Amino acid sequence: MLRCIVRLQSKVGNAFSLSKVCLRNQHYECVARYSAATAERKRFYQDVSISQSEGGLYEINLDQRKLKTPGGKLFTVPNEALAIAVATEWDAQRDTLKFYTMHLTTLCNTALDNPTQRSKEQMITAALKFLETDTICYRVDEPHGLVELQKNEWDPVLQWIEKRYNVTIGSSASILGPEIPEATKDNLRQHLKSYNFWSLTGLEYVITQLKSIVLSLGMIDRHLSVEQAVLLSRLEEEYQIRRWGNVEWAHDYDMYELRARTAAGALFVHLTSESSTVKHKLLQD
Amino acid sequence: MPGSRRAPLQSQHRSRMAALSSPLRVCRGILKELRAIQGPSYKKSLAYNYVMDQFRKNKVTGERYCRAKQEAHHASHTYLCLLASTRNHLVLHNLYHGKGERSPEEVASLVGLRLPTQPGGKGWEK
Repeated sequence: MLRCIVRLQSKVGNAFSLSKVCLRNQHYECVARYSAATAERKRFYQDVSISQSEGGLYEINLDQRKLKTPGGKLFTVPNEALAIAVATEWDAQRDTLKFYTMHLTTLCNTALDNPTQRSKEQMITAALKFLETDTICYRVDEPHGLVELQKNEWDPVLQWIEKRYNVTIGSSASILGPEIPEATKDNLRQHLKSYNFWSLTGLEYVITQLKSIVLSLGMIDRHLSVEQAVLLSRLEEEYQIRRWGNVEWAHDYDMYELRARTAAGALFVHLTSESSTVKHKLLQD
Repeated sequence: MPGSRRAPLQSQHRSRMAALSSPLRVCRGILKELRAIQGPSYKKSLAYNYVMDQFRKNKVTGERYCRAKQEAHHASHTYLCLLASTRNHLVLHNLYHGKGERSPEEVASLVGLRLPTQPGGKGWEK
């Protein structure tokens, strides 16, 4: 529910700010400056390779130069699989570098630079706060088809997460959303603490994309696949598409972008978590 | 159309997904994507070697419910989704959103007009 509103706000916000900046007699200058800021960088390297440094960290080499983050630090990743995936992203660029397709690189840069100075506690608190506005918990009253769809598709996921983490979440059709008891938040906080900083960065990214912490945890715990999680996140849009038809340049475009970002986030979390036994600590209590 | 009964989205999706979920198909899918990225020499790339290694390693365990195998399967499926959706997103972007804005001259010529020229330039131009 909140996804569409947030997206509309961001689109409208951008249009307003741009029109305020471009006054009539500075119009041509403004257009030139805007296009200079988005001037594309050409691919300046032939080969992409990875190398291992002494600390066991992996680095990416573009021709002979080592890749650096936007903050100027050396780009290092903790394991080989992630390094290979990032190298493949850089290798996939053709004439120009399209950074908006390099999701894993962006995630690594965020984790390395930490430009907004977030700590683990801040990220966990933000994630738990998201629970109050989780997509899965917001139900509509009508149209009837959508109510049924939400019940059939979202309720099983809610039941799964309530059983898995021994929490109560529930759903609501009111504008305020469900009441989340403190015990639920504590249980989830304990679980989230077991992730390291890099995995939490990835998890936060996935939660922001899917607009749901329930779906994110379901996907990270391998209960849902990426396609399933994206489908459930876009449930209302899928319902409207079935009713009114699909618009390729909007619906498919959004869906593929969401899938790409979510898949990148999920892969990032999996590759940066230490081991799978840590996550199941809660279940064995 | 709205009145007809349809199977729930998830189960329809699952039946579509079941066809994809065998490891062989996922492996083939990833190799197809790598070939689309790298070109004919994709077998020499890092990603190809790593992916083939992982698939070979995980084939050895015979148990159906081996957790490491399930995790690897989910991870391979996720990577396939990542590669396929970035490629599709880029295709759609170039198709629909790649052209950018038209210049004022082009906009005017759309309706058959030309921009006025003033010898000596306008007052505020440098």
